[in-house]
Amino acid sequence: MKRTWLPLAATIAVFVALFGVGGALYNHFLSSLVLGDILDDNAFLIIAAIGANFVILSGGIDLSIGSMIGFVGVVMAKLDAFGWHPLASAAVMIVFGAGFGACQGLIIDFCEIQPFIVTLAGLFLLRGACFMVTLDSLPLRHPFVSDFAAVALPLPGGGFLASSALAMFAALAVAVVIAHKTSFGANVYAMGGDRTSAALMGVPIRATTVKVYALGGLYSAFGGVIYALYTSSGYPLAGSGAELSAIAAVVLGGTLLTGGIGLVVGALFGGMILGLIATLINFNGSLNGAWIMISSGVLLFVFIVMQRALVGSLTPRSAS
Amino acid sequence: MKSFSPPLKISTPRAAPRLLWPLVALALIFAVDGIISPHFFAIRIVEGRLFGNLVDIVYRATPIAIVALGMAIVIGTKGIDLSVGAIIAIVGATLDWRIHMGDPHLLALAIALAAGVACGLWNGLLVAVLDIQPIIATLILMVSGRGVGLMINLIYGGSDPSFESPLLQGLSTGHIGLIPTRILVGIGLWIALWALVRRTALGLFLEAVGANPKAAELAGVEARAIKWAAYVISGFMAAAAGVILTADTHTSDPVSIGLYSELDAILAVVIGGGSLNGGRIYLLGAVLGAVVIQALTTSILTSGLPPEYNLVVKAGVVLVVLLLQSARTRAAVARLATGRKR
Repeated sequence: MKRTWLPLAATIAVFVALFGVGGALYNHFLSSLVLGDILDDNAFLIIAAIGANFVILSGGIDLSIGSMIGFVGVVMAKLDAFGWHPLASAAVMIVFGAGFGACQGLIIDFCEIQPFIVTLAGLFLLRGACFMVTLDSLPLRHPFVSDFAAVALPLPGGGFLASSALAMFAALAVAVVIAHKTSFGANVYAMGGDRTSAALMGVPIRATTVKVYALGGLYSAFGGVIYALYTSSGYPLAGSGAELSAIAAVVLGGTLLTGGIGLVVGALFGGMILGLIATLINFNGSLNGAWIMISSGVLLFVFIVMQRALVGSLTPRSAS
Repeated sequence: MKSFSPPLKISTPRAAPRLLWPLVALALIFAVDGIISPHFFAIRIVEGRLFGNLVDIVYRATPIAIVALGMAIVIGTKGIDLSVGAIIAIVGATLDWRIHMGDPHLLALAIALAAGVACGLWNGLLVAVLDIQPIIATLILMVSGRGVGLMINLIYGGSDPSFESPLLQGLSTGHIGLIPTRILVGIGLWIALWALVRRTALGLFLEAVGANPKAAELAGVEARAIKWAAYVISGFMAAAAGVILTADTHTSDPVSIGLYSELDAILAVVIGGGSLNGGRIYLLGAVLGAVVIQALTTSILTSGLPPEYNLVVKAGVVLVVLLLQSARTRAAVARLATGRKR
């Protein structure tokens, strides 16, 4: 199964190459400052992508990520206005995210409705809930927010890892342990690889489904917390489309969307590539946002075709 | 490949109960509307065309219904087309660009529709030839398509993308006799698609490929070509909706035109009884699903509820319809009702 590493190795190679291109084109691009910035700016997305990675590895999909990020932000901002400590509201929202995800998982498994449709309803529900909480952008005024932003771990070369990047690495470490060192992680891989065989081997399908969506909800809520702290505000449209970026990051990170094959750490590199493209285009200055969309699409295409060629032989070409 | 006539009707016996739940949903929505505002169903004639909430619901549902028709075909082959919103953006931008280049408007319309077909060919290539999972294959165009639309806008400067076109605006917002033209266009497309799917063998092939591609292939169906055709049809239908939406706003706005239309179209198909597991095409159900979604939106707006409740109510109703459709849920409810035995 070492071939499952190939897509990830390719992802890392592309990241290094793109970084090199940036260094060749612009002065000061090849620095830990730029690297730290990419990690900081995209920490929330990478965290959400880690959760999405679990869901996709299990053979499902979660479209409610972006709305969850927005909803967590507006509720935290609202509670901030009532004088809550951001850590307290963050804890509440993370528990909410896990609960919401668990509900989605339960509906998916118990009612046998496709995850795509259930989490689509979740997308609408949470985005609508955002608008019910507030229609405006609300600030997070608690002093903790600026304390959080002030934390930074210096990197060699003048750059630094900001607190959101540190939180992301912590979340990633936990995810790697869950995926590769627990029986739940093994169940997720088994279920995504072949659901029927997994069930026959005694993998508790319902419990695993509920848990994997709960984990997805937990991570997207955590991503929302980081996004709210990073922007020190809650905005009802925040995170729109983040579910697509997260899925794209997962694919770029080498996970097969059919499930069962991939590594959790791939989400980090997938998210970093997306961030690097945006940074490169911002550095250029004359290119507009349209280029970010197009180049993300092109890269997605290249990776998917490459995956097909590399790992295609690993997946049974079944009738489905 | 020979086409058979008359085609085998494999879906007829189960069609009626499948349409039941969207009809129940529609009836419930209208019942609530009738209670909240007694004049909800009033239809008047203003300036030579029909006016009223019911007409408005169908009028506004038309673009999504057209997209949903194409989506129903793709879903019938066990595929999905996430790129329809992006196709709408590309088609709108193409239409606007050709009009600014001074093309006759009929030619601009044809080029715009061709752009949609080209998008469908691209999706079909990825799914049918490169064998990529539909959800990812169409994700590529979904992610990049709106960017392509923005680039097309830039070809002619993009400073003022607004345009005037009596022909196109007539198609979108005009009326023939009492009836809004776009509703007639929608019905025309529906009938054409129905004839294509149910009066030729294509529908049978599409459903066969969706139900069991291996068996279909062994039975002599060109599975790749059939799948490819499904995405081309979906691209064309999205293009038609894109023309209507673009002509409606008189401008090309690739960032926001048709936003979430892929989600609405998929929902419409599912509400109309289509299963994402493929193998069945319900055109009437897809249209009905689009009307249910729009009836819900219009009802929320006219009921005096704040518009910010729109999405939450929509999500709630969608969930209820889905739960009702799930045989397992109905069984569980029935078990609870008849004395809780496990």
